[in-house]
Amino acid sequence: MSPPDPTRPDPTRPEPDPPGAPPLDDADVLQAEADRLQAELEEARPPHAGPYAQLGAAVVALAAGVFGVVVSSTLGLGRLTQPGPGLWPFAISVIIIVLSATLAFTGRGLQDTERFSRSSLLTVVGLVTLVGLASLLPVIGFEIPSLLLMFVWLRWLGRESWRSSIVISVGAVAAFYVLFVLLLQIPLPRLI
Amino acid sequence: MDISPILDGFGVVLEPANLLYCLIGVIIGMLIGVLPGLGPGATIAILLPITYGIGPVSAIIMLAGIFYGAQYGGTITSVLLRLPGEASSVVTVFDGFALAKQGRAGTALGIAAIGSFVGGTVSILALTLVAPVVAGFALDFGPPEYAALGILGVLLISSVGNGNRLKAIIAACVGLLLATVGRDTFTGAERFTFGSLNLAEGIDFIPIAMGLFGLSEILYNLEERHNQVHSPAKVGNVWPSRKDLGQAKGAIGRGSLIGFVLGVLPGGGAVLSSLAAYALEKRRAKQPERFGRGAVEGVAAPETANNAAATSSFIPLLTLGIPANATMALIFGALLIQGIQPGPQLVTEHPDVFWGVINSMYIGNILLLIMSIPMVGVFVRILRVRPAILAPITVLITLLGAYTVNNSAYDIYLVIVFGVLGYLMKKFGFEPGPLVLAFVLGSMIENSSRQSLLIFGGDPAGFLTRPISGTVLALVVIVAAWPLIRKALRRKTPDRVEEKIT
Repeated sequence: MSPPDPTRPDPTRPEPDPPGAPPLDDADVLQAEADRLQAELEEARPPHAGPYAQLGAAVVALAAGVFGVVVSSTLGLGRLTQPGPGLWPFAISVIIIVLSATLAFTGRGLQDTERFSRSSLLTVVGLVTLVGLASLLPVIGFEIPSLLLMFVWLRWLGRESWRSSIVISVGAVAAFYVLFVLLLQIPLPRLI
Repeated sequence: MDISPILDGFGVVLEPANLLYCLIGVIIGMLIGVLPGLGPGATIAILLPITYGIGPVSAIIMLAGIFYGAQYGGTITSVLLRLPGEASSVVTVFDGFALAKQGRAGTALGIAAIGSFVGGTVSILALTLVAPVVAGFALDFGPPEYAALGILGVLLISSVGNGNRLKAIIAACVGLLLATVGRDTFTGAERFTFGSLNLAEGIDFIPIAMGLFGLSEILYNLEERHNQVHSPAKVGNVWPSRKDLGQAKGAIGRGSLIGFVLGVLPGGGAVLSSLAAYALEKRRAKQPERFGRGAVEGVAAPETANNAAATSSFIPLLTLGIPANATMALIFGALLIQGIQPGPQLVTEHPDVFWGVINSMYIGNILLLIMSIPMVGVFVRILRVRPAILAPITVLITLLGAYTVNNSAYDIYLVIVFGVLGYLMKKFGFEPGPLVLAFVLGSMIENSSRQSLLIFGGDPAGFLTRPISGTVLALVVIVAAWPLIRKALRRKTPDRVEEKIT
């Protein structure tokens, strides 16, 4: 059950190579092709965020590990014959520390992060509407917060026209009402 | 082999309610396969609250339908738009889109549908034969074996996925750590709760899955690339001609086999098998240069293989209780929510779930074949729906769904917190998949390691002296050291080539 190696010819292969077949490392070529396609599809991806972001990510992970070590050692580690409640989280936290320290030193050249851009503000706006919905829902029911959320997302985050934003958000909330409240009778907090 | 439970399983599937959930599942799967944005993992995560209300069999039948239905749907976007809906459909793009440009999109879709159907069905048959055997073998497993298997599963998923291994393993460890929040089952001590009553019960799986898989994907898509929707190519006759079928026959057969075998491996699954099947066909072909320019086999092989793999990836979950990929982790969680522990006892203790789910896949595949050949036009039309409209609807379903789990706004906040965490993880190159998987397996791994230590009287060497747990742990070491081993092998290769030349 070792991880399948794409460079190895498939063991289920019923027949030997047809004579004259090029001894190409097909799977590798193919993987490269697939990667290229993936990259092309992701052209819209923002540029990578550089070494400081990598370092930052590693430091955050490291901090999580340190936090885990500190808290779990106060819980009591016990002994191997009688493991305390803190032993397992302690062991994991130590692994996190070791791995993220390694990441901090070796991972600076990685390019798998994404820079935050102006369009990240859209995510922030979206997030604010989510928190708004969560805090208003128990107070004034789900209808008005849902309507507002739909409208903000359609009109400003999705750049739909005023008309279709209004029509779609009203329609969707009405559909939710029919589905959740009338048909499924789920006890959502309601306005009335 | 006693086949009466299998037949009873068909009885379970043919109950009208279960048929309906199967239909709902495959339709949703097909839809989200076609629509941009959400993958099957995100969809299943978002729909988890619904599974509370319906019975375990119906729930898992529906979720499974979403999973393999998405494999069918993903093909449509690969062929028509050159946008693989799923990673496992990436290679389908090469020949699928080439065929579409030649005005033979219908042929590509038809062949893919038939291949998917054959691959799926062959895989279910093999699953029916293999799964009970594996489960029987695993019945003797004790805590040490489970601890070792759990660790191997987490490690494999972290290693095989795309992205940086180190980051994936860190994410997995964070998942293990999150699983310890709450009351310790052995000592009753409260861990990481900081006096909060909400945290004392531990963190629920549903908000974690909904946040990390569902909401994070929406937040991430919100920021970038409002992918301009291309207009899809025209789809003509989807019934493939006899000549095309003849050409694709061998590819479909071999694809089924490759898909089934690779699908069983944790972490490998659909993506790898589609690559392997395509590579094999290209190598066997008399004129390999046809590939990439509209070879029918180039569509048939990967699509057959990814469906076969999607089906066979149920084997480790249903027989060992080890999810083979992130989506299986969600189904694992859904079973736990229903009070069913997936594992070797599943086939004897809950035969209705075991056989019901497996047999529902026959029906699901037939439904999908119908939807992807005669009704393909409907789904092609859905391609025109704008992502901007779908996003807020999905968000509302997610948040309101999270609320309904415990009727509390606390769960909505949890979903938001994990949604933000998932979004940030994606921005910084960490995959959320290993975290969720490790979270699901976390308490199992911890409990069985601690039970094992009790059995061994505190001597960790006991893990290594038992044959099965020792073997599995040896595999763990190999997987962990794999990049180094591979580097060493690579270094040797040029020498060998030189030897051949001289």
